[in-house]
Amino acid sequence: MAVVEVNNLVKSYGPIEAVKGISFSINRGEIFGLIGPNGAGKTTTLRVLSTLLKITSGSIKIMDYNLEKEPDEVRKIISYLPEDAGAYKNLSGKRYLEFIANFFQKQNPQQMISRGMEIANLGDRIDDKVDTYSKGMMRKLLVGRALMTEPKLAILDEPTSGLDVNNAQEIRRLVKSTAKAGTTVLLSSHNMLEVEFMCDRIALISSGVIVEEGTPKDLMQKYNAKNIEEVFTQVVK
Amino acid sequence: MSALGNIIKKEARELMTPTTFVPIILIAIMFGTLGNAFGNIEESMQEKPVIGLINSDEGNFSSTITSIIETYSDVVFKSNDTLEKDKGLEELKEKDGIALLIIPSNLSEKIMNNTPSEIEIYWIMQGAGILDSISSSVVEQLISTINTNISYELISTNSTVNPTIALNPTYRNETTYFKGRELKGVSPGDITNLLSSQSTLIPIVMMMVIIMAGSTVISSMALEKENKTLETLLTLPVNRVSIVGGKIIASAIIGLILAVIYMAGYSNFLSSFNVSGQINLVDLGLVLTPSDFLLLGVSVFVTLIAALSFCMLLGTMAKNFKSAQTLTFPVTLLALIPMFITMFKDFDTLPLALKALIFAIPFSHPMMAPRALIFNDYILVISGIIYVGIFAIFMMILAVWVFKTDRLLTGSVRRKKKGRSLFKLR
Repeated sequence: MAVVEVNNLVKSYGPIEAVKGISFSINRGEIFGLIGPNGAGKTTTLRVLSTLLKITSGSIKIMDYNLEKEPDEVRKIISYLPEDAGAYKNLSGKRYLEFIANFFQKQNPQQMISRGMEIANLGDRIDDKVDTYSKGMMRKLLVGRALMTEPKLAILDEPTSGLDVNNAQEIRRLVKSTAKAGTTVLLSSHNMLEVEFMCDRIALISSGVIVEEGTPKDLMQKYNAKNIEEVFTQVVK
Repeated sequence: MSALGNIIKKEARELMTPTTFVPIILIAIMFGTLGNAFGNIEESMQEKPVIGLINSDEGNFSSTITSIIETYSDVVFKSNDTLEKDKGLEELKEKDGIALLIIPSNLSEKIMNNTPSEIEIYWIMQGAGILDSISSSVVEQLISTINTNISYELISTNSTVNPTIALNPTYRNETTYFKGRELKGVSPGDITNLLSSQSTLIPIVMMMVIIMAGSTVISSMALEKENKTLETLLTLPVNRVSIVGGKIIASAIIGLILAVIYMAGYSNFLSSFNVSGQINLVDLGLVLTPSDFLLLGVSVFVTLIAALSFCMLLGTMAKNFKSAQTLTFPVTLLALIPMFITMFKDFDTLPLALKALIFAIPFSHPMMAPRALIFNDYILVISGIIYVGIFAIFMMILAVWVFKTDRLLTGSVRRKKKGRSLFKLR
């Protein structure tokens, strides 16, 4: 069953067409990777899917909701982690998770907060102010925030951006286990190894157009490549 | 290009943004308007006061008094019959006169008999601002000149004159007409002084609330952008009205708390100057009733919401905390202009252009409301509340609309000259 259906999506910023009629679909529990060079339209696509930007033309369906007509309903079932996201510096990590959880669970948010704390895995530092966190700690908190709501669709823009090897591996494992539990994941990444390791399917986007799509294995076979990085360099020349 | 030139060019380009120039251009326009208005005020200060004179005295000092009055003022009504007082007042009102002086028939006789004589003054007060009382000060100076001249004549012609009479041959019996009220025993200066603490306290407190709460809203939006929390907030299951409303209400609460703290300190400061006198506002009926307080509260509340909605709209334009400080500038200016004008001039006595400007600035209304309510000018207060309410709703709709568009995140996209980037993102 397709959780996400994108049909002929166009997104323009004034005279600039950043996304030029892309179409793809993502099934339930699937991890779908959107990869491409800088300025290819990855972040724009993710921002449109997360209801931040308006659709210029085309359509997007998330679960049974038309994104253009029912953005408020879509927001209830998605979670978006922007690439350079931050958190409120005057709050502690725990208070930040509480603030977010209150939007999703008005009656009993405690379970959600505990899940967020578990995912963030910051130990006692969860009670410290966000202002004192390192970049890695901040990213872990934000991943915790994004996944604690158990969204139907998690949209992750460079989820391991700025993390060291150990932390990045931990996040990848978390994302994979979240997908296994039924959450559909759409992510973008520059890290080809990460994409190869995590994604069930990938789409290569260049200049606002999807130029290739398939499983990492199929794409490597098609281009006779040893890894996705080679596929990427061959496709996006 | 040299390294220095290169840096200068880069810096100039960064600084030459609409955010830098628009507030300054607005200030220039406002100062221009204010300059014209204050120019008019200065001209009116230099003009002779327009007065009426009923001189029924035919004694020694009569001609001295008439001569002084005619030299230093513009006498538009002249009579020697004290029964023509009402006619004189009517004529003065028509001709924007400020006072009717009545010299009694026995003035010269009483003074010559070592008894001080009264001069009746009927003031037609136009406004209770500090600058409004300037013309009445000119008339008071005129009376003083009359006294001095009579004293001089008394001393030079009669060496045995009673010194008390020689120094103060006349005294004033004053009645002031102001906004449909007859206030006996007080001059416009007395009323201005009595109302001065209220005239300064409320505009200053309102100005402080607007600036403090307004800058909180603008900074809050700027920090959301600078700390990269806005994108997350906008993808949460919360509608845009709640985001805008939440920020406005929180800032209004903080603004009001700050105002209460500020007002407590300022009231204490003002009370230290209070000297108990013979006249007080209660005796003159110049106090606010409970329903007046209710209207004043509504005016303050609506204005606060309008100011914060306006600031929210400005906040959506903020790129970061630094630009937020620049955006606070027009709000500060819009709060300062009505504050100063309402302190110095009454709305009724302003030139038409300045009246329109003051009415158009929503922050003016709670500053003008207390004085208007004291004198039962409910039309000004209620029309102000309606106008500010409409302004607030319009600003809120505009702010919510901006929150629903891409502009909040992407900024503006514009075409540039050939060879340059077409695309500008915030």
